[in-house]
Amino acid sequence: MQDPALFEYVLRLSDDSLILGQRLGEWCGHGPILEEDIALTNISLDLIGQAISLYDFAAELEGAGRNHDQLAYLRFENEYKNVLLVEQPNGDFAMTILRQFFFDAFRLPLYEALMQSPVEQLAAIAAKSVKETRYHLKHTSEWVIRMGDGTEESHERAQAAIDHLWRYASELFYEDAHDQTLQAAGLVPKMAGIQAKWSETVTAVLNEATLSIPTNNWKFDGGREGRHSEHMGYILSDLQYMQRAYPNMEW
Amino acid sequence: MTQAEQERRFLEKIEKEIKIEPNDWMPDEYRQTLIRQISQHAHSEIVGMLPEGNWITRAPNLRRKAVLLAKVQDEAGHGLYLYSSCETLGADREQLIDDMHTGKAKYSSIFNYPAVTWADIGTIGWLVDGAAIMNQVALCRTSYGPYARAMVKICKEESFHQRQGYEALIKLCNGTPQQKAMAQDAMNRFWWPALMMFGPSDAESTHSDQSIKWKIKRFTNDELRQSFVDATVSQAEILGLTIPDPNLKWNEARGHYDFSEINWDEFWQVVKGNGPCNKERIAARLKAKEDGLWVREAANAFAKKRAMKKSA
Repeated sequence: MQDPALFEYVLRLSDDSLILGQRLGEWCGHGPILEEDIALTNISLDLIGQAISLYDFAAELEGAGRNHDQLAYLRFENEYKNVLLVEQPNGDFAMTILRQFFFDAFRLPLYEALMQSPVEQLAAIAAKSVKETRYHLKHTSEWVIRMGDGTEESHERAQAAIDHLWRYASELFYEDAHDQTLQAAGLVPKMAGIQAKWSETVTAVLNEATLSIPTNNWKFDGGREGRHSEHMGYILSDLQYMQRAYPNMEW
Repeated sequence: MTQAEQERRFLEKIEKEIKIEPNDWMPDEYRQTLIRQISQHAHSEIVGMLPEGNWITRAPNLRRKAVLLAKVQDEAGHGLYLYSSCETLGADREQLIDDMHTGKAKYSSIFNYPAVTWADIGTIGWLVDGAAIMNQVALCRTSYGPYARAMVKICKEESFHQRQGYEALIKLCNGTPQQKAMAQDAMNRFWWPALMMFGPSDAESTHSDQSIKWKIKRFTNDELRQSFVDATVSQAEILGLTIPDPNLKWNEARGHYDFSEINWDEFWQVVKGNGPCNKERIAARLKAKEDGLWVREAANAFAKKRAMKKSA
């Protein structure tokens, strides 16, 4: 492999998209209103589309002859590098929207920065995905505001989701030696800048929604190193079922 | 204008193939027939999301997952246009949905059969969407304007769905013996329910005559069912799948395929709520409605607050 750091970086982006897309797919047919069934399915579809492009690029970087499906479907749990946030269960609509909002508020500035990357393929994927992500963030921000400033119940549910998910937020800005190598070469942005933009978006939207930012500093991570929550195994059981039950077949 | 005069003008429009539009006078029974038929179609789209949605998380590769997501999303979109068409007739979307939950309104019985293997997803696309298209192409010329226009858009998307289903089956039928067997098994289970999608035989159909006169329907249930069988036999041959009907054979004199009588007992049992998944489908829809109640309340409360701020 020519560039293990870049492979790892792209794999992390791919896994975030895949696992969140997989989670959103569970909503299909069960949304609170038909319009939201369409919206959640649409966001899921965008994320799966992004995952395909990202895995294709990761496979190319790896140079081991694997394709996007082999990367997406045929790894073991500790080889998936997504953040813990995206594997958390859907919960109620508030939990799903807040999880998505925290993610979108991170992905948008990240893609905007990656559009400037000298790694052409990564810049191209970011340029295509940034439009989708901007729409996702607009959609989830609007719902956070609606729920926060809606009824007493919706406010409580939204606040409960924030309080629960807050512990997973800081992992979005995880950095290790791989990131630092790429940052030093000027290929990817530093996370500090992304985190500042994330905080700005989150603060503005939660303020408008009359929701509070938790004061606790309880932080979970491990996903980026392949250490996952108990939920991950069940996600993979569904995701990998066909590929594991019927190995080496084409669909 | 007297009622008799209005009715005469209405029938004249029907005769001259001029579309009936929402603000035009129409007989009450025409309006009710349309609401019943269009809402039933809308409910079918929505309930139809469940058996397929069930396979999104287990789709065998990323491309299939994306295609299935796109398809199910289209179905939700179809449900939306169709409910909107009903609203042009003065119906209330929430009331229509409640009527489905109580069993007063029906949806296509095919969705009361379970989707148990991946081959079922391909087969639903091919046979179920195929049967739906046979019905819906005819409805593109239906006499009520908003319904006809919704159908034009829906038919384009349904054709895509049928192709993707057929294409998924081609993969299975050209794959391993295990995959081929999976496809044949799905065919065995879905063939008869697909034929039942055209509804009761003409002799038993209570709504057909008047609907044909008003040009809501252009062909009878049996005519459409025959067209579907005629179109599907060669498609099954290409796949190398056997249609589970020993009496299926070309009838030179009729210029059509003959086929066995449908098991009407099963048909009526499923219509009456005793199919394998009737209870699960309604329970899933009811749960979505109940779980989503606070979300809809929040959206309404928020909209009111913002409107008040604006006017203040």
